[in-house]
Amino acid sequence: MATLFKAGPDTFELPKTHCYTRFTNMQTDTALKAPVIRGVRYFLAHTPGLVQHGSKPSRDLLADPGLAADLTSHLRSFTDASAYLPNRAFLGGIYPDDLLKTARPWHGQNGESSRWNPHGELMPEEEFYGLLKIADAFDLVWLDEDFTNDVAATLAGHPLVSEDDLERLGQGHPHSEIEERMAETGGGLPLQLRCGRTIGCIVRAHDEDATLTPDVLLENLACKASAAMALRSLLSETSTAPEDIPYVINCGEEAVGERYQRGGGNLAKGIAEMCGCTEATGSDVKAFCCGPVHAMVMAAALVNSGVYQQVAVVAGCSLAKLGMKFRSHLDNDQPVLEDVLAATAILIGEDDGVSPRLRLDSIGKHTVGAGSSQQAIIKCLVSEPLDRLGLRFQDVDKYATELHNPEVTEPGGSGDVPLLNYRMIAAMATMAKEIEQADIPQFVQEHGMPGFSPTQGHIASAIPFLGHAVDRIKAGEMERAMFLAKGSLFLGRMTQLSDGMSFIIEKNH
Amino acid sequence: MDLKNKKIIALGERDGVQGSAIALCVQSAGAEVVLDVTHCFV
Repeated sequence: MATLFKAGPDTFELPKTHCYTRFTNMQTDTALKAPVIRGVRYFLAHTPGLVQHGSKPSRDLLADPGLAADLTSHLRSFTDASAYLPNRAFLGGIYPDDLLKTARPWHGQNGESSRWNPHGELMPEEEFYGLLKIADAFDLVWLDEDFTNDVAATLAGHPLVSEDDLERLGQGHPHSEIEERMAETGGGLPLQLRCGRTIGCIVRAHDEDATLTPDVLLENLACKASAAMALRSLLSETSTAPEDIPYVINCGEEAVGERYQRGGGNLAKGIAEMCGCTEATGSDVKAFCCGPVHAMVMAAALVNSGVYQQVAVVAGCSLAKLGMKFRSHLDNDQPVLEDVLAATAILIGEDDGVSPRLRLDSIGKHTVGAGSSQQAIIKCLVSEPLDRLGLRFQDVDKYATELHNPEVTEPGGSGDVPLLNYRMIAAMATMAKEIEQADIPQFVQEHGMPGFSPTQGHIASAIPFLGHAVDRIKAGEMERAMFLAKGSLFLGRMTQLSDGMSFIIEKNH
Repeated sequence: MDLKNKKIIALGERDGVQGSAIALCVQSAGAEVVLDVTHCFV
């Protein structure tokens, strides 16, 4: 074995493999780099026409096709979705606490609306269908030629869509060919607009492979396309050249693979490719809804150790969760609010002296042996990390936990999930004798926030507040924030355990 | 409530009380847990 280099008493040697790592300055520089959050961007696509392909609606519509008319009549317009206050909070148009100034139901408010918001955009469904085609490397999506002409003209004006993208969009196909293709391949899914017009289809990629069926491929393509838009927005906002990104971690929950490796993964590399990150590779981090927090910690550790100068963390949407609570929304005669796909992208880099620092010296993790009670979970994720830094509960300005919009979950009896979590954190502060029991509501109001995130699984867990926290910390209006997320591992039937992870960010002094 | 020798179905929720936590409580009170399930509603 060839000697690679000598450092102190240890001799490091190259293993006998054909795949040696190139020796770089980056690897010799052993100085630890404090990781900071250099940028956070979000992306929403308003996709009422795709709601029928969400897991719950697709199953219910199969069992009772008569539901279709009721569902369609409760789908929102783009104007209503862009004016919806929780969506504006998600995209940075308003601060989450501002939601408290407006009495619910928020879906009844038709105030200011804007596609372009401080932290990202809300894209109309027509353009998102175009993006699906652009993201499609295997000609699985066919779009109608008239529709393609229209959407090409619109996308040509999008600041993050390139000429190469428009070439990939192509010319489309006559409507008759789309119908023939769906019939030939059997089981192709029609792609429709909110109004019911069929503008294309997606077909299976293999005759016998249950992991390459149109519904699975649609989920995966939507995840890729939405994450890529969030990453493009991040690169643009932070003035980062795509080729300067060496590594991408994807933490979306979609299982990309085929029959011999159902969750084979590395959607990260496909997303990086779509963003022109030619010098990057990547990998996927899976941990159900707390995947993004795990990914953030890993990315920060990679920067901290000097392996990479910066790492992009991306998370695409969860199409399966469109319309997840639609039955209760119909029962309450309210709009079907789960009509948006959400994605995020975060850039973690070496200390720039300005951006908020991520405290790797006090990560919270819910361990195997910790126990499953809420008290045990909050102890692992909140109490212990604070103790390690000598901080009190009240030293954290804001806690970002499960941030699901209660207007989505309450009609179905699922309760106000953020409020449940904030009460538990406050109860732990009470047990630590920091506050009195009577002060719990005040603690919740001051250190918590109303839920505002679309119920998009991993997207809704803590990360939606990151952009707001970075803004406030950089503006000197906030000292620190804690982000804690939980994952329902038991849903996969491999363990009865749940999971949890947390980190603290604070002002860069 | 006396839970001794009672058979219990523990239905938990991730952001509330998890099934396994309910199971531990009722077992300590002498009950037999015949089903322990936790759900996630988001």
